[in-house]
Amino acid sequence: MNQSATYNDKVVAQFAYASVLWGIVGMGVGVLLAAQLIWPELNGGVPWLSYGRLRPLHTNAVIFAFGGSVLFCTSYYIVQRTCQVRLFSDTLAGFTFWGWQLVIVSAAISLPLGITSSKEYAELEWPIDLLITVVWVAYAIVFLGTIFQRRVKHIYVANWFFTAFILAVAVLHLVNSAAMPVSAFKSYSMYSGAIDAMIQWWYAHNAVGFFLTAGFLGIMYYFVPKQAGRPIYSYRLSVIHFWALVAIYIWAGPHHLHYTALPDWAQSLGMVFSLMLLAPSWGGMINGIMTLSGAWHKLREDPILRFMIVSLSFYGMSTFEGPMMSIKTVNALSHYTEWTIGHVHSGALGWVALISIGALYSLIPRLYGKKSMYSTKLIEWHFWISTVGLFLYILSMWIGGVMQGLMWRSVNADGTLTYAFIETVERMQPFYFIRFLGGLLFLFGMLLLAYNVWKTVANEQRATVMIPSAA
Amino acid sequence: MSDFFHWYIIAITVASILGMVWLIWWTRKLPASEESTEHTTGHVWDEDIEEGNYPLPRWWLGLFYLTIIFSVIYLILYPGLGKFPGLLNWTSSERYASEVATADKTLTQLYEQYDKLSLAELGEHEAAMGTAKRLFLNYCGQCHGSDGAGRPGFPNLRDDDWLYGGDEIAVMKSIAKGRQGIMPAMGAALDSAGREQLVDYILKLSGQDHDTELAAKGSPLFTTYCAGCHGIQGTGNSMIGAPNLTDSIWLYGGNVESVTDSIVNGRSGNMPAHNDLLKEAQIRLLTAYLLQGRSQ
Repeated sequence: MNQSATYNDKVVAQFAYASVLWGIVGMGVGVLLAAQLIWPELNGGVPWLSYGRLRPLHTNAVIFAFGGSVLFCTSYYIVQRTCQVRLFSDTLAGFTFWGWQLVIVSAAISLPLGITSSKEYAELEWPIDLLITVVWVAYAIVFLGTIFQRRVKHIYVANWFFTAFILAVAVLHLVNSAAMPVSAFKSYSMYSGAIDAMIQWWYAHNAVGFFLTAGFLGIMYYFVPKQAGRPIYSYRLSVIHFWALVAIYIWAGPHHLHYTALPDWAQSLGMVFSLMLLAPSWGGMINGIMTLSGAWHKLREDPILRFMIVSLSFYGMSTFEGPMMSIKTVNALSHYTEWTIGHVHSGALGWVALISIGALYSLIPRLYGKKSMYSTKLIEWHFWISTVGLFLYILSMWIGGVMQGLMWRSVNADGTLTYAFIETVERMQPFYFIRFLGGLLFLFGMLLLAYNVWKTVANEQRATVMIPSAA
Repeated sequence: MSDFFHWYIIAITVASILGMVWLIWWTRKLPASEESTEHTTGHVWDEDIEEGNYPLPRWWLGLFYLTIIFSVIYLILYPGLGKFPGLLNWTSSERYASEVATADKTLTQLYEQYDKLSLAELGEHEAAMGTAKRLFLNYCGQCHGSDGAGRPGFPNLRDDDWLYGGDEIAVMKSIAKGRQGIMPAMGAALDSAGREQLVDYILKLSGQDHDTELAAKGSPLFTTYCAGCHGIQGTGNSMIGAPNLTDSIWLYGGNVESVTDSIVNGRSGNMPAHNDLLKEAQIRLLTAYLLQGRSQ
């Protein structure tokens, strides 16, 4: 059979399994960390298991290993089907898979050893940074090359978002990771002081904006209309919210540095642009949710669609909360508290993980020429368990975080702080416990996903999908 | 900020905001494609994915406009556009300074009443000791423990043993100026037999089980290496914070391992200075709190 007449689903399947595996690993480490905050002795006195080393492992694993694999998987799947052409290069695509897995394994070894550049979400040291660069260039060539060879005139909106994500992440990574190596495992940032902080948060906030938002919006734009069998609500909304989102997100970083050594003018700009980000973000939510209008009944039968709709709701909620938290007076309360952790997880678990899970449930059976996963009942269970887990997580961090912020700022008439720091730590314990339970439920849901995937694909032959003749 | 960056920031900020407005205006007039039907653009991907043709929701557009208007007003009032300070002339450093000034004014009045009282009187003053306790929890408790009982390396503040003296002046000085306690490493000066002998002599000094023979050999070593700071009798010297070695109170532990470690590797203790963090009146309150109920 002529290979170019079929889609390259091998690399899609590889990344799909990697997503499930790294999702469980990353969230598992997260649950361990949540437990360490309640029972600090859980690190057993072993340096590799200490909170400070596992925390970057958790964030890197869930964002780049789990999230990254999902993005590679879905973008390769979507770009082929919406361009009606096989991936630009099978070799390069295969390289991106093994290269990315090597990055992940290097991270999983180096971070517990304490090898870190100390930049949040960019902790990996310079040799791994170079490997990331090479893999990313290969990814860009495969993805953009496929778009250039497309056999469909118009470029589908999902691909706009994937393109923005790939290009922006390349720039962010190169600029923020610029460093001077002093040994094989140690380098120093090219920047210093407030400038280093600003570059770091310009990077980190756009890791959220382009990696965790634009990329996953790409997933949403394909799988929601596909699963619902309805047209995307509004093309005009797609256009305006895409351009506004990519233009404004890049400004929002300074809101992480309110009331610091960052100059006032930069703080103000970070705040107003974060506020202007509200409507463009909601554009994506509206486009997703309104796509379902007229097909609401499908939510009753299809748990996959329910994953997607709840994910969009959390997207809307987090992108409302984000601009609010960027307002300086609100930030004065929320900054450094667990409220921020709640906000991040309403985005990371609520939006990113749920849309990913929905996409995987929709995509994996198709790779095997099946109509559905091994068990729809299990998907149903997964949905409810992860939803309950999510709410426990987010509500505990909201309530606990606001309490924490109020306790920190409470001052007596004699000018002393009402609460010693340790008192605020003690009061957080019940909330930490609820959060731990929430995380544990979410992790359990991921195990159901893994079991369901195993039962769907074990001993089965992957389908070879022919590219339909040009539309 | 140079003039170039001043104008650069203004230019890209204004261009970005105007760009948003233009984008809204442009998409409202976005031409429908030739293939468009009543409800869709007519484009189809992957066999069944289509795009609807619905207009932008009005409430959503309103929200977008609202955030843009808010931002423009904010940038006129507050610093943001390069060097332009904003009509309100607000700066974070001035706001901080003014809040500190307001607090200082109130607190000066509050603390004035305490200046007239002696430390002994302060120790019995309920409100003063309440303040002192909260100060202690926030400034001292991290190292000395919230009950002041200390832990290895951090002195117990509840007993009557004071490294640098327990009178008012010495305690106030410890808080205000801090203390640097240095025990030099003696490892290079002593062979392993010498170390063992010295340790046994120190065990003897503090009345612990020891080998009499070894301790006797350790005595001249003590005179050579230790007596300069800890005194011939080993009772210490509060002028330089050298601990008394004849009691059962040990800053870094009094068993063979800990004492050997102290001798071989030395110790370095650091009590940070607090005169930049606390007012003098607050340091007096803390001193009174620490010496509360003791005969001075």
